[in-house]
Amino acid sequence: MSGFFKSSIGRKYAMALSAFFLMIFLLQHFAINILSVFSPEAFNEASHFMGTFWAVQYILQPILIFGVVYHFVMGFILEAKNRSARVKSYARNNGGANSSWMSRNMIYSGLAILAFLILHFIDFWIPEINTKYIQGDMSGLLPDGDYRYYEELTHKFVSPLRVGAYVIAFVFLSLHLMHGFSSAFQSVGASSMRKEKLQTFGKAYAILLPLGFIIIALYHHFNH
Amino acid sequence: MNLTLKIWRQKGPKDKGSMVDYKVSDISEHMSFLEMMDVLNEQLINEGKEPVAFDHDCREGICGSCSMFINGEAHGPDRGVTTCQLHMRMFKDGDVITIEPFRAKAFPVIKDLVVDRSSFDRIQHAGGYISVNTSGNTQDANAIPISKHAADEAMDAATCIGCGACVASCKNASAMLFVGAKVSQYALLPQGRIEAVDRVKNMVAQMDLEGFGNCTNTGACEVECPKGISLENIARMNREYLFANIKD
Ligand code: HEM
Ligand code: SF4
Ligand code: FES
Repeated sequence: MSGFFKSSIGRKYAMALSAFFLMIFLLQHFAINILSVFSPEAFNEASHFMGTFWAVQYILQPILIFGVVYHFVMGFILEAKNRSARVKSYARNNGGANSSWMSRNMIYSGLAILAFLILHFIDFWIPEINTKYIQGDMSGLLPDGDYRYYEELTHKFVSPLRVGAYVIAFVFLSLHLMHGFSSAFQSVGASSMRKEKLQTFGKAYAILLPLGFIIIALYHHFNH
Repeated sequence: MNLTLKIWRQKGPKDKGSMVDYKVSDISEHMSFLEMMDVLNEQLINEGKEPVAFDHDCREGICGSCSMFINGEAHGPDRGVTTCQLHMRMFKDGDVITIEPFRAKAFPVIKDLVVDRSSFDRIQHAGGYISVNTSGNTQDANAIPISKHAADEAMDAATCIGCGACVASCKNASAMLFVGAKVSQYALLPQGRIEAVDRVKNMVAQMDLEGFGNCTNTGACEVECPKGISLENIARMNREYLFANIKD
């Protein structure tokens, strides 16, 4: 296998594998978030479990961080290589005649997602790490004895600015996945991305999942 | 019809080059695009100017040499055709037509619209063949049973004429459709399986060495390919490449 991941096709595999991982993670993230709409108690329980269970914290979380960083760093590397493969660009190029906007602009939808992830880190992840590992409070409780997770979540969705940014980011995620989902199957050679079933399934995932996240944000924004 | 042509002119590989405007008149809609170029060149020669250099040979869509990027698309706006098969009826009186060479680092411009596609030849040399002894006692190909499905798919892949439209159309100047077709054409047949592992590894290595970009699966290549080579061939090459690397 020496040199596999340095080859053009090997890089495609790496890109697709990290993307598969992110797409599965996103499903899991959604499953927990949607609980907040139906049952604050269940959401609190699930969040506390994810936030304190050792296997999640010390095994899955580092893998996730690695997966995200790997994906966007590789995205930048591929973009740079691809740009250098055409020294002089066309005076007139009708890309819309043969390919989708989403497929030609993965780097821009990706950058929008990255900007959101940075915001998301500052918003949720850094305060979490601070509470749990710097202040050492692993209880997950508020001073009044209730779990803090639901309380914190609803708090985040008060500001219309933040909710707006959140919605825009998920629109970009949807655009990214409109091409990315089927593309990843093509990259690993599992199936030609032109297969109708794969296209339908991919579009459904790319629309419904981001839409679900948006609905959760709007629900909390208008209900608190 | 009367047309304005914006054509890339470049004296040689080192020249900077630029777009130059020309006017042609009384072009028949029954002409092919190359015949229209012939009219222009005759006009230029009569005016004592240097004609526009462009590649062409068979003029019937089989040699793949007529590389031109017309109005933002390889071989122009029609589907499933090379430039020599593109008819002027695809355009209308008064149109401005932009004509550029295929652009890729691995396809350097030699002159005007002529590019050097020998990078494709070097990829072929790296593995686009089978080794058989042809000294006279070669087995009859028909004696080897091959399923209709595999034969059809191999034949489809083998129709690639190496024109480079896939590279020219790809935003990344990736050659994966071409290489995917060349790998598939043999990978699907028992005669090709014998050297399959080395073939895919060597051809991909050469492709990377030539400076082609990576595939983002935009599918532009498949749409612009005059022979309708399908993206399935890239998926197959990716599979072949993974298994070849695992086996080694
Ligand atoms: C963190 C910011 C991100 C950046 C900068 C980014 C960038 C990119 C780029 C440039 C590509 C195209 C690579 C290529 O040329 O083939 C790509 C592909 C892809 N991305 Fe992202 N991305 C990001 C986040 C995400 C996220 C969060 C997901 C999913 C949840 C995702 C899913 C995908 C998928 C499925 C593909 C297609 C993989 C393939 O074609 O093999 N990306 N990304
Ligand atoms: S795959 Fe199609 S576009 Fe590419 S070289 Fe072959 S015939 Fe030309
Ligand atoms: S001149 Fe041979 S394909 Fe056009």
